Amino acid sequence: MRVINAADITGAVADLFRQANYELGEDVLAALEKARREEESPAGREALNAILENARAASADKIPLCQDCGAAVVFLEIGQDVHVAGGDLAAAINEGVRQAYQEGYLRKSMVDRPFSDRKNTGDNTPAVIHTDIVPGDKLKITVLPKGGGAENMARLGMLLPAAGRKGVVDFVVNAVSEAWSNPCPPIIIGVGIGGTAEKAMLLAKHALVRKVGEPGPDKENADLEREILHKVNDLGIGPMGYGGRVTALAVHVESFPAHLTALPVAVNLQCHSARHREIVL
Amino acid sequence: MNLPLTEKTIAGLKAGDNLLLSGVLYTARDAAHKKMIESLDKGEPLPFDIKGQTLYYMGPSPAPPGRVIGSAGPTTSARMDAYTPRLLAEGLKGMIGKGVRSQAVKDALKKHKAVYLAAVGGTGALISRTIVKAEAVAYPELGPEAVLRLEVKDFPATVINDVHGGDLYVTGKKQYSLPGK
Repeated sequence: MRVINAADITGAVADLFRQANYELGEDVLAALEKARREEESPAGREALNAILENARAASADKIPLCQDCGAAVVFLEIGQDVHVAGGDLAAAINEGVRQAYQEGYLRKSMVDRPFSDRKNTGDNTPAVIHTDIVPGDKLKITVLPKGGGAENMARLGMLLPAAGRKGVVDFVVNAVSEAWSNPCPPIIIGVGIGGTAEKAMLLAKHALVRKVGEPGPDKENADLEREILHKVNDLGIGPMGYGGRVTALAVHVESFPAHLTALPVAVNLQCHSARHREIVL
Repeated sequence: MNLPLTEKTIAGLKAGDNLLLSGVLYTARDAAHKKMIESLDKGEPLPFDIKGQTLYYMGPSPAPPGRVIGSAGPTTSARMDAYTPRLLAEGLKGMIGKGVRSQAVKDALKKHKAVYLAAVGGTGALISRTIVKAEAVAYPELGPEAVLRLEVKDFPATVINDVHGGDLYVTGKKQYSLPGK
């Protein structure tokens, strides 16, 4: 049994959310540079120039890349031989979120009663926490500040198994086509296939924390990623919807076995400000 | 190009034009729009004179010490669609946001001779460098959704919907989509 202090988790979460909001990862920057080289549309290239210049401005001025500093999504991989001491795990994470958003001048966007009062909670808590128990004695924390514009374009389709591979491709491409300019393209497309309704959505969200453009480990999924990316980029939406060849930087597919009656497909879109950070304690 | 926009300026704008705006903008998002429409329904005046003005759909991140404002990029405009035709009828002349508008908004733009512009979503750090002054003028209780009066210099925006029916999102997509899509 390995002991990890709750206070160390708080500190790590606070650092990760601050870093994620101020600095784009190298993988995202490289994907955006590549998009700028490949984009044929002048308006699309202009938008990509602004996006890359923005990343430099945020880093130099020490202010958030985007004013929407996101809902605080946290993925935990907890080794089964880890013991968290000195406090409640969820409380430790929320304290980290509170510190990052209050002390880091990040915008607090959470409201308490989603369909009535909608009063701002004032510190961007609570975090949305997803937990996996895995072998070992490590704790991996991945944070994903998720902006509202792209998240609002998420879709779940409970397809019939007969829809097959083509049904999956069509559902994802349609979701992107309908989202159009709203999710701040060029986007990263997270796709979750299989499991149950909630499992598919979780897979789609988790797919967004993969290194941008790194193919999935499963060959069939990797083929699907390539085909969907191709079709989505043929839509012509382009950067910010101004028209162009690069509507998406990447498609990331994760899959899971499904019930014999079911073919759930979930789509979770990530804007170009693909902020995520991780640490292993 | 100077703010506020005049009818003559607006008539000359075409979808796809890139502008650098200087002058005064007012911010307003969902909650502020809701409150403004409630005021109009009750026959009360708006907290600022909207005639001829341009609304920027934006809720900034907090200003760190020594800065005028935090990150300040546009939010999704579609959330304001339900309220917009009413404000255009009250004399609103311009809006800056991101993303597609409803047909009702596009029709109202033509009818009231107003224009819809977009700023590049997610570039709040860059845009904040063009904001020289920011002060709250209404609904401070809304926090990041309060109405701010901004003074901007060379604020970058692109014309999406002009008064002639032009729509950059539609023509851009059509121009670059490949056959069969």
